This record gives sequence, structure tokens and C-alpha cells, in this order.
Amino acid sequence: MFQYILRRVLLTLPIMLGVSLVCFALVHLAPGDPLVSVLPPDASAALQEQLRQLYGFDRSYPEQFLSWIGRAIQGDLGTSIATNRPVTAEVMRAVSNTFMLACVATGIGFLLGSLFGFVAGYFRNSWIDRVATALSVVGVSVPHYWLGMVLVIIFSSILMWLPATGAGPGGSSDWTWDWEHMKHLILPALTMSVIPMGIIARTLRALVAEILAQEFVVGLRAKGMRDLHIFLHVVKNAAPTALAVMGLQLGYLLGGSILIETVFSWPGTGFLLNSAIFQRDLPLLQGTILVLALFFVVLNLLVDIIQSALDPRIQRS
Amino acid sequence: MFNTFAKKSWLALGVSTFVFGLASAQAQEKVLRIAMTAADIPRTLGQPDQGFEGNRFTGIPMYDALTHWDLSKADAASVLIPGLASSWAVDAKDKTKWVFKLRSGVKFHDGSSFNADAVVWNVQKVLDKSAAHFDPSQIGVTTSRMPTLRSARKIDDLTVELTTSEPDSFLPLNLTNLFMASPAHWNAKLKAVPASVTDPAERAKQAWAAFAADASGSGPFKMARFVPRERLELVANKAYWDPARTPKLDRVVLVPMPEANARTAALLSGQVDWIEAPAPDAVAQIKQRGFTVYTNAQPHVWPWQLSFAEGSPWLDKRVRHAANLCVDREGLQKLLGGMMAIPKGTVPPGHPWWGNPKFDIKYDVAAARKLMADAGFSQGKPLKVKIQISASGSGQMQPLPMNEFVQQSLKQCYFDVDFDVIEWNTLFTNWRKGAKDPSANGANATNVSFAAMDPFFAMVRFTSSKTVPPTSNNWGYFVNKEFDDLIGAARTTFDDKGRDAALAKLHARIVEEAPFVWIAHDVGPRAMSAKVKGVVQPRSWFIDIAPMSIQ
Repeated sequence: MFQYILRRVLLTLPIMLGVSLVCFALVHLAPGDPLVSVLPPDASAALQEQLRQLYGFDRSYPEQFLSWIGRAIQGDLGTSIATNRPVTAEVMRAVSNTFMLACVATGIGFLLGSLFGFVAGYFRNSWIDRVATALSVVGVSVPHYWLGMVLVIIFSSILMWLPATGAGPGGSSDWTWDWEHMKHLILPALTMSVIPMGIIARTLRALVAEILAQEFVVGLRAKGMRDLHIFLHVVKNAAPTALAVMGLQLGYLLGGSILIETVFSWPGTGFLLNSAIFQRDLPLLQGTILVLALFFVVLNLLVDIIQSALDPRIQRS
Repeated sequence: MFNTFAKKSWLALGVSTFVFGLASAQAQEKVLRIAMTAADIPRTLGQPDQGFEGNRFTGIPMYDALTHWDLSKADAASVLIPGLASSWAVDAKDKTKWVFKLRSGVKFHDGSSFNADAVVWNVQKVLDKSAAHFDPSQIGVTTSRMPTLRSARKIDDLTVELTTSEPDSFLPLNLTNLFMASPAHWNAKLKAVPASVTDPAERAKQAWAAFAADASGSGPFKMARFVPRERLELVANKAYWDPARTPKLDRVVLVPMPEANARTAALLSGQVDWIEAPAPDAVAQIKQRGFTVYTNAQPHVWPWQLSFAEGSPWLDKRVRHAANLCVDREGLQKLLGGMMAIPKGTVPPGHPWWGNPKFDIKYDVAAARKLMADAGFSQGKPLKVKIQISASGSGQMQPLPMNEFVQQSLKQCYFDVDFDVIEWNTLFTNWRKGAKDPSANGANATNVSFAAMDPFFAMVRFTSSKTVPPTSNNWGYFVNKEFDDLIGAARTTFDDKGRDAALAKLHARIVEEAPFVWIAHDVGPRAMSAKVKGVVQPRSWFIDIAPMSIQ
């Protein structure tokens, strides 16, 4: 097990280097002026050149990359051009907000998805299966930003039960787990949970149906085992896959949905990316993408390790 | 025992009365909550970003400049008035030197005094690379708005001399963009930077970052709380130097909400009291729910800027006039739910720079067709034109439906309009490069809206031979000696009335030569709760929060 973990960790290093190179390249290849947030359109050529030198954009791409990655390894992702604030602090603040939202959304999505998936798989081909399946199909099909807007119209504009935007009455910096704050979390978390809910439900439905058809289940029934105990065996067999899917969904949600966070003005990584893209704030953009990509890599590593712990066959292969 | 009980009862009564009173007082704090279109809080260190929305919310409320725009009237053009300078005059012998007399008794929010040293310091922050407090991040949004300013010199504590590179009568107008930050407060931030940071530029950068989080200007509001990217809270500066602008509000909360539907929902749900730029299709619902939608003619021009490069289809003045006569602006206004004003030029009739041009911009299809026929075009032989436009963008209003409407409108006058739709920041970047650059992608007009607050922004940068790319925004290479002479005359006329008369001549000729197709003027819509009182929406990009109150 230790050797497996060590091998996976060592493999992660070249992946992280590759990810950082791709982040840098993509951001610099996109058209547009990186100084647009500090340069108005009528800036003279001399002023543009002056700022380009001051911000280091006159250096060659390899020089810029090496300078950036050298600082990034030490935890310094540079300074946002638009705000002059350290990128690391901006990203970490946004990550914590998205992490909170993503965990709640994943929790809701996993609970509901597991419920629908297990129910649909256990009672397959019945009306319960059809209802659960329909709900999960709606979950993956409906554009989630549209759903978010609809929820805002209903619950905020018309019923006025829940706030439309923001991460708390005073912003995210004074977040506490009380009702005044949590009601800001409900609509964005519900909106974000529908896709993971749908994916987990559909995955589990197929998996449960497959497991139930296996011979060992027939054997367990023949032994006289009760349905509840058989169900626990099914859960244990479905767990590695369910966890892998949940891990991937959490990783996807940790990337922050640009659309949902913009609709709800939730100050997470999606909102930050939106800002960085429109302001062409390259240090912020490449720093945010790098952190999110690295999270994904680390999360995949953790999921692989947990999976192999749950299912020894994965290690041997 | 009874005495102890009585004492405790009186104490309890006293405490609860105090707490209740305190809660009531807090509950009665007059708070105005505003949702901006910006995706982030505009910079708070004195020179805001996010365009003029930044000046509107973190410039004018928190800071003063030497000169101000008059934002007190809704029915007249917004003109220049004294700010921190009580008067100014150009040196009769050397017209590159201006003497500004400063207002006495003005204090920054940190308690330090405003004086000539502060003016010199603030000029140096964007112009003097050797100054300890020079900030590269502020020069872009400042120096291009005062392109001829070179230096400042203290004459005495309340007198300062500003020097320009050439005689420039526009300087007082340009100075509305230079906000005065507190040098003393900045120096305190510099002292607080750890000694381990030895590089002077890095120390200055960190000092500015600290200043931005705890700013000090001299404006009617001062910073109280700042949550990056989420929230800025300003409280009233009750010691403000202008009694007419001492705030009636206790607190203003600014929240960035870039998505129009989110802003509308926030207003309707009572989360905020004021939203900028409501979603156009929600305006009827907003009004029906009892909110007020304010609009006014704004110096914000939405045109096609035409190319005068060789081979451009717009070189024939008849074609340019025909296009201006063939746009159904009233129909477009209906499409936008009334959210636009119909232009007659860059500035409206009645403006000091209007000038009474001989070419009357209106909707006259017959006249347009005749001009096109004279120019050799017809239904069977239309004129092909290509316009570079954006899909969205700050100040671009609703670019796709608006451009498509104009395309259909011009079709009846033998124009075959094609579009090159690109991303907004790219369009903005291309604007600097010009019509002859490959980035124009074959387009012979570009659709970039612009502010027309001051003469350079409104007219000079589009019609001067000195402002062709890459210098400035004469994207279409409209070069004409007559216009250079008119600009020179306006720039070197130093009495206000004479300068306005010269600018009026320039404007009249611009309309007559039509280097633009003038399509719409924005009206700066904003929706507010009926609880907000004292609102005056001037004919400006800006609005004054100080006189407002909330019930």
C-alpha cells in the first residue's frame, strides 16, 4: 500500500508541472491586452510600453514562465494587476468560499443522488424507478444557471423568503453558521447540487442493478440473508465507484461554477475567474487556474488512494 | 432582601433600556445599499478603475479633486465648478503655467490638512517616476485623461502652480480625474511596511495596498469597512468642508453585482435599495412594484466610428450623411424600452458645445435614398459595409440587437451591412490599433461607445491628426487640417466662454463632416427604492450621493 501511495505521489509531480505549463500557455495565448484593467483605450503607445515594462510583460515567455513558476513554488502567485493585492490571498479567500458551497452542494447532491440511485436500482423497472430516473435526468439536463435564476425569481423576488445574492448579510468575512448566513447558502447550493445529484443517481442506478444481478447476491439470498443485510453488501460493493464519482463531482464543483457564482454573486473561485477573465488580469487568471487544477490533481490522488484501500484489487492491478 | 431585589430590578430596567435604546439607534441608522455593475469594488486608493463607474462610487464620494463637475442639476449640462481649488487662472505670459488657489481649512479623513504639498504629492504619484510614492498601477487611468500635465510646484501653502507640455485650456476639465489622497496617511502606511522589505518600489506597492484597504481622502464619505470583491461600506464625513454636500445618510454599502438579473432580483427582494443598469426587460416589472427608474441624457455616445482609410466605402460624404438619415432611432428607442436618447450629434442641442450644425441628423429615408442614388447606389447595387462590434461590454448597451436593428434600418437605403462580432476587450484593444491594422479584419467601421464628458474625450481624440493610432483613438484616420486648426483654437482659448465657443465650432463641423453614424445616447438607467430621496440624476456619467437620504 505504501509503495502504491509513493508511486502515485511521485507521478503527481510531472502532472503538476504539465498543468502549470498549460495554464501559463493558455492564458498568454488568448487575445487581448493584459494591461486593459490599468490602461484606458486612449493610452498612448509610450504609456503602454512603459506599463508593459513595469509589469514585466516585455520579457520573453520562457522568462516570464520561469519567474512565475519559481515564485509559485514558494507560494507566491504574484500580484493582481487590477487590484494590486496578492493573488495567493485572493485565491485562498475565494477557494474557502467555494469549498464551503461545493461541500454543501456535494452533500446535498450525494444524499439525493444516492437515494434516487439506490431506490431506482433496487426497484428497477417499477414506477419508483421511473420517477427517480426522471428526476435525475432533469438534474443533468436543465441548465443550472437558468435553474438558479428561476429559483431566485421564485424564492427571492416573489416570495421574498431567501436573499438573492451574496455570502452573508455582511459579506463572507464574518461568516457564521447561523440562519442569517445560511439562508444565503441555500439557493446556490441547491442549484449547484442538481448536476452531481443527477450523475450520481444515474451511476448508482446502473451499478446497483448490476450488483443485484451478480451470483453472490443470489447466494446470499439462498443463505436466507435478509434484504437489509443484502443491501449493505450492495452498498459496500457500490461504494468505491460512488466515492470516485462523488470525488470527481466535488473536484468539479471546487472549480467553482462561473455561471452560478456570478448569478448569486457568491465570492468564490468562479466569480473570481469571471472577474479575472473580463479584466484580462493575467496573474490572477493563471494563479486561480493553477490552484484549481492542482486541487483536482490532489483530489484525484486522494480518491485513488481511498479506492485502493476499499478495494485491494485496484492495488494489485 | 427586598432592597436587593429592588436594586437588581432597577439595574435590569436600566440595562434593558440602554440596550433597547442602542438597538433602536442602530436600527435607525440610515443606510443606502447600492448594487453596481462592476465585477469588483473599484479601486479605493484615489484613482478608481472600472471606468467611470469607479469614479462614480469610489472616486467622488470618498475624494475631492481640484475641480468638480456640477452634479446638482438634472435639466442642464453638467459644467465645471471649483472643488478643492477655489479659483484658477493661466499665466498670461506663459500659457503652459496655471496657478490654482486652494481652499483653506480642508482636512483629510485622517485629520491631516489639505494643502499645496498634498497637490504636488498627488501629481507626483502618477507623473514622477523618482517619487517614493509613484504608483504604476494608477498612471494608466489618470495620465491619459490629463495628457498635457507635466508637473506641480508649491508657491505657498494654499497656492500651487501646474505646468503643461503645451498651452492647453482643457486642463481644468481634465483635473476632475485627479483625486487627492492623503499623503500623511500614505506615509503612515509606508512606515508600517516591514523593514525586511527593502526594495523601495515594493515598499511603495505594499503601502498603496494598505492604503487601499484603509483609505483617506477628503470626500463626503469615508471608508468604514472593506471586504475585497464583496462589499465596501462608507460612513458619512460629518466634518466635510462643503455644508451643501455634508451627507444626510449615515452609511453607504456598495456591492458588486455584474449580472443584470441578479441585480434586479436583489432590488425586488429588498436586499439593496439602488441598482445600476437594470435588465431592460425587467424595467416594467420594477416600476410596477413601486420602484423608481431614473434616466437622463448622458454624455455617452453609441456610434459607428467610420474609417477614412484608402478604399473605405465611407469616404463619400453623401454616403455618411445617408447613413445618418436612414437610422430609425425612434424605433430603436422602442426596442430598448425607452432606455436611450436620440442623438443629434456628440452633444445635444443646448449644450455649450452644440454649435448649431447645418446637417440635421434625423430619420428621413427619402433624403437618404436620394443621397445614395447620387452616390451611385441602388437596390440592385447596394453598398457593402462591415462593422466590427462586440457581443457585450461595459457601456455597449445591447450591442447585438441594436446593431441588427440598424442593419435592417439601413437596408432600405441600399446599405448591405455585415458584422464582425468579437469579444469586448478585444474590440477595445483593436480600437487602439486602428482601421488599417489587420485586427480590423476588413471592417470599415467600429462600434465602440465612448464618454463625452470633456473636449478631448468627446471630440479631439477622434478628429486630430495627432491622435491617430497608436497614439489615441482616431481609429478611422480622420485627418483634416481644418479640424486641427479648430482644435488648436479651442485649446489655446483660455476664457471659458471663448473656449466653449471654439469647441462649438468644432462640434458643428464634426456633425457636418459626419465621421460617425450617431445611433444612440445612453441614458444611464438606475432603479431605486421609493425610500431613497433627494435623487438628482444630472446629465453626466456621475451622480452625487451626498445630498440623498433614505426613509
